Amino acid sequence: MQAFTVLTGIAAPMPQANIDTDKIIPARFLKSIERSGFGKNLFANYRYMPDGSENPDFVLNQDPYRKAEVLIAFENFGCGSSREHAPWALLDFGIRCVIAPDFADIFHNNSFKNGVLPVKLPRAVCEQLMEDSRMGGNAKITVDLEREVVVRPNGEEIPFKIDPLRRHLMLNGLDDIGQTMQHVNAIDSYEAKQRAAQPWLNR
Amino acid sequence: MSGQKPRTLFDKIWDAHVVETLPDGTALLYIDLHLTHEVTTPQAYAGLRAAGRGVRRPDLTLAVVDHNIATDASRYTGIVDPESRLQVETLEKNVVEFGVPYIPLLSERQGIVHVIGPELGRSLPGMTIVCGDSHTATHGAMGALAFGIGTSEVEHVLATQTLLQKPAKNMRVWVEGTLPVGCSAKDITLAVIGKIGTAGGTGHVIEYAGDAIRALDMAGRMTLCNMAIEGGARAGMVAPDEKTFEYVANTPDGPKGAALEAAIAYWKTLPSDEGAHFDKEVRLRAEDIAPQVTWGTSPEDVLPISASVPDPASAPNETRRAQMQRMLDYMGIEAGQKLVDLKVDVVFIGSCTNSRIEDMRAAAAIAKGRQVAPGVRALVVPGSGLVKKQAEAEGLDVVLREAGFEWREPSCSMCLGMNPDKLTPGQRCASTSNRNFEGRQGPGGRTHLVSPAMAAAAALAGHLADVREYQPKESV
Repeated sequence: MQAFTVLTGIAAPMPQANIDTDKIIPARFLKSIERSGFGKNLFANYRYMPDGSENPDFVLNQDPYRKAEVLIAFENFGCGSSREHAPWALLDFGIRCVIAPDFADIFHNNSFKNGVLPVKLPRAVCEQLMEDSRMGGNAKITVDLEREVVVRPNGEEIPFKIDPLRRHLMLNGLDDIGQTMQHVNAIDSYEAKQRAAQPWLNR
Repeated sequence: MSGQKPRTLFDKIWDAHVVETLPDGTALLYIDLHLTHEVTTPQAYAGLRAAGRGVRRPDLTLAVVDHNIATDASRYTGIVDPESRLQVETLEKNVVEFGVPYIPLLSERQGIVHVIGPELGRSLPGMTIVCGDSHTATHGAMGALAFGIGTSEVEHVLATQTLLQKPAKNMRVWVEGTLPVGCSAKDITLAVIGKIGTAGGTGHVIEYAGDAIRALDMAGRMTLCNMAIEGGARAGMVAPDEKTFEYVANTPDGPKGAALEAAIAYWKTLPSDEGAHFDKEVRLRAEDIAPQVTWGTSPEDVLPISASVPDPASAPNETRRAQMQRMLDYMGIEAGQKLVDLKVDVVFIGSCTNSRIEDMRAAAAIAKGRQVAPGVRALVVPGSGLVKKQAEAEGLDVVLREAGFEWREPSCSMCLGMNPDKLTPGQRCASTSNRNFEGRQGPGGRTHLVSPAMAAAAALAGHLADVREYQPKESV
């Protein structure tokens, strides 16, 4: 996983609540067996017209947001399916951070596993950041995971909180399977105990 | 045990599966059953291969294909779509390479992963169950802790049989009273989501309780828990009881004899203790629930069938007004239109929400002796080969076919637009599935979520219809 430390980039405003994972990447694009290549179909139902041409009204088809690295949205971002293809598609497009008042649980989890940072900030702050982002390419924002602050274009710093273990893994780009493998003895003894107590669980 | 703090069903299952607690409070949680399918596993196996890792407990893992599978005879001659075929073939190679038990497409046990787990007796009370699919919440109906995970977590479970998790909060949804005629578990689950909203359960595990829940059969409890995720919850659960034990006893692969007796003795200790703490409680009266139908593009946008399309002008704020207007535009409906006046093009009875034998019976009971309205395409897709076989033994396929319904082969079918069963742009569908998101059933498709009986009634009427006006002519 790519580490996430400090990101300074263009933010795209998506002032909607309940942006579900079918919106982020429709199911018909989940047939790949790779982790990459989903970026071209990110928000496909909104980015493209039925004939395949770009929808000029969609934010990510407008300059400078074609190069957006941060997305700002409203409540319950990433609700719906468990598809990790949603953060894969964001990442493949170039988006490394989503800022919203809250996130659906599975999307929130999946994002951390892929170096896409979900930042929870109150709705009023999200509205403010959306206003900033409408200023376009001259209004880059900074997301600093090390210091846990978002820096507005005017220099104002807004603090956020990330779970310490997740922050550690993300700052260092660590694979959590390797981390869990350090506990293999505990897993072995758990299995032995369970085999004795609940034999019906083993086949 | 006197002196011990009263615990919830969730707390008990959680506590029994903590292998170790890390310094920051994250638990290493043991997973008893890992169900897998073709869509969310290829990258996980690729990750294992790249790191030189194997599957720790293939015996606690089960693979099946469901999402990409066609529901007509073409499935028996090879999958037509090359990407779908590659995904299925990739799973078939991976299960051989990693030694994972697999139910092939041609087995009568093949079906939707959330139908076959309980049906085969693999999903049991007290277990932790995961799958790379958000509707894993379904298995909570068994009195298990079951939740959906992403592909990185699938890889983590394959490699270690554990997950790194923070405990969820406890939420209890009480439904007391007697459900009115024409209503089912689907109407309860939709009414609950209408009440709490799509993010009402975020961070929580919902335990459904009350006599209206106890009165549901196991299939109904599965429908109920299936949609816990649509209320934002990590999982839904129903405490195991005699119905659960009897259900398990009749499964082909569940424990038998002395093993079953020992298991039941343990399962009886699982229900939430008197006085256990819930962070949130919600109460509904079953009598207040009427047959439900969604009108918008989020499952929380649900109303009784007797209602009319709501007016965005009545929204509490500008954001909601704009959202409602967008939904009305997408759905091709206008404020004030009666829901029963909305004509349907397609009716879909199936999906992990509503494709069990009880759902097939509910649809057939309404359809018997009647005819699908001209111009309506009505599909019935049993959730597994075993459901299909049972339905055919009961003659339900004949009843449904005679009424003009298509009787299809098991698959996720028209729930999510990944296989040939899809809506075309602008088509309106009464669907027993779980999500009415924009484009969910195919780009531009318009979904109204309903129960199987309501879907059957819509097929007969040619428009959304009140099932109470279509009660069975005779018993099937």
